[in-house]
Amino acid sequence: MDVLGRYRNLIVLVGVLFAQILGLAVQVRRTTDNEPTRLIRIWAVGTVTPLERMLVWVQTSTSNVWHSYFYLRGVRAENRNLKLQIERMSLEQVRMSQDADQARRLQALLAFKEQFISQTMAAQVIGSSGSELSRSVYIDKGESNGIKPDMAVITADGIVGKVLRVYGSTSLVLLINDQTSGVGALLDKTRLQGILRGTPAGEVVLEKVMSDETVPVGEMVLTSGGDGIFPKGLLVGRVTKAAPGSDLFLNIRVRPAADLSKLEEVLVVTKIDVRQTEPDQTGAMRAVDILAERLPGVPSKPADAAKAAVPGTSTTTGPGADAKPKAALPPTAVGSAAPPAGKSASAAPSSGVGSGASSAPNSATKATAIGADAAKAPAPLVKPTAEPKPQSDVEDGPH
Amino acid sequence: MVRTKVAITYTSGEQVEVYRFSIPATILIPLTAVFLQAWLPLRFPFFSLFDLPLLVTIGFATARRSPVTGLVTGGLIGILQDALTHQPIGLYGISLTVVGFGASSLGIKLDVENAGARFLLTIFFYVVHEVVYFTIARGLIGLRMASSWPHEIWSGVANAMLGVLIFMLLDRVKQRT
Repeated sequence: MDVLGRYRNLIVLVGVLFAQILGLAVQVRRTTDNEPTRLIRIWAVGTVTPLERMLVWVQTSTSNVWHSYFYLRGVRAENRNLKLQIERMSLEQVRMSQDADQARRLQALLAFKEQFISQTMAAQVIGSSGSELSRSVYIDKGESNGIKPDMAVITADGIVGKVLRVYGSTSLVLLINDQTSGVGALLDKTRLQGILRGTPAGEVVLEKVMSDETVPVGEMVLTSGGDGIFPKGLLVGRVTKAAPGSDLFLNIRVRPAADLSKLEEVLVVTKIDVRQTEPDQTGAMRAVDILAERLPGVPSKPADAAKAAVPGTSTTTGPGADAKPKAALPPTAVGSAAPPAGKSASAAPSSGVGSGASSAPNSATKATAIGADAAKAPAPLVKPTAEPKPQSDVEDGPH
Repeated sequence: MVRTKVAITYTSGEQVEVYRFSIPATILIPLTAVFLQAWLPLRFPFFSLFDLPLLVTIGFATARRSPVTGLVTGGLIGILQDALTHQPIGLYGISLTVVGFGASSLGIKLDVENAGARFLLTIFFYVVHEVVYFTIARGLIGLRMASSWPHEIWSGVANAMLGVLIFMLLDRVKQRT
């Protein structure tokens, strides 16, 4: 009895540690669906988050008062700049809507199914987990706002993470730089796919890209949609380093586009639609016609009409000449498709193609050259991507 | 006024003073520490270097000088801290239990009233906390850990400096038994 009294402290310590280790082992074995510690978490979150919410409210209110009433210096100049920016963006929008129209038509030709973010909910970041081993934040929206686990969380700059746990009026968001997170991602230009993971140090790496591939530094990383959480095509970040890893894969470091250390407001993607582009938008239009619309026009000539009878040349020069281009491709955009086209134009046996290429103005030369390439070899349609690929690949689909 | 003192060892004649904290202080101080630890790094990212719940655990344990109270306090603060993360509950719990027990046991044997002793004590228990935490996280949970000695040393020193300030604040609210 005396021994028990003497070692009472140690016995209590061992007992408490044993109980906690046992509890830890139980949690590790179980899945998150059947979480035995949910009650403890609800109590803890319910205790801490109201304070956080109150402080954020005070901070936001103070900031709003300052910015709305006191800090108005330079507003006129800013307004002028914003108007100029709107004008520039309007012009840009016209060009981009042309691109979007074309993409939709091509998608319809492929019966392409696309994911759209159809509904988002703005949420305020009110706190973090407070641990470097758990890179997660709390937002002020929860079950009562319709938030559910596994919803994507984004900002205007890029993706942030996914909803991991949902409580009454708050939710825990797992950031993409946490070591337990995983996001399906692809590289913008090379279209290489991989898995985006966080590291213990809080960095983001792209895994499972074979080491024989070339990944340029600065290339954009997008979501691939393969994880079933993030829709395809959302910006993740940019490659900052790509080096051969210890195994067969490259060690690619990515800098997230969203600043994960200074999150204030985020958007929770509450609804994603999977839609198929309506085929009636295209009608009987062929891919080559769609492309020809975008290329600079060539004045109609009787000679061209005669050449139209020659297979391979008629499809390109005809519509291109008749339809005025709504938006000319920038020289670089055409140039990206031009090298193979140029080759084929010079090597093509058809004299019509050759003469068209030599006699037409510069822009028309490119148009004809691409048409010649199309005529040269029928190829299957390529899957449309976020960025328009070389046109020569796309043209031959309907033939 | 009668002051409660405990013997440094079972055979020693020397005694050290034992302090207690009021119930509101016992509840609110750890809660505030956990809250600030979760809130401040969002506004000031450098603050993630500090571990306020750990410092409060050490402060409470050394003042109370009761191993059982120290380990229970550490365990509860750790569980609260765990509950805010997405990791299993118990990682911080176990670690702070050990720290609470160790700090209060050491508090009986050492004079922890001066700033120098507190500084060294905090560095020591910061290392203990990291070792226990890393061992459990790696061994039981299977987490990958990133540790660099310069970072740990710098973090330990920064925590010790902040710890000295926090202990001074705790001195103001502690009461003699």
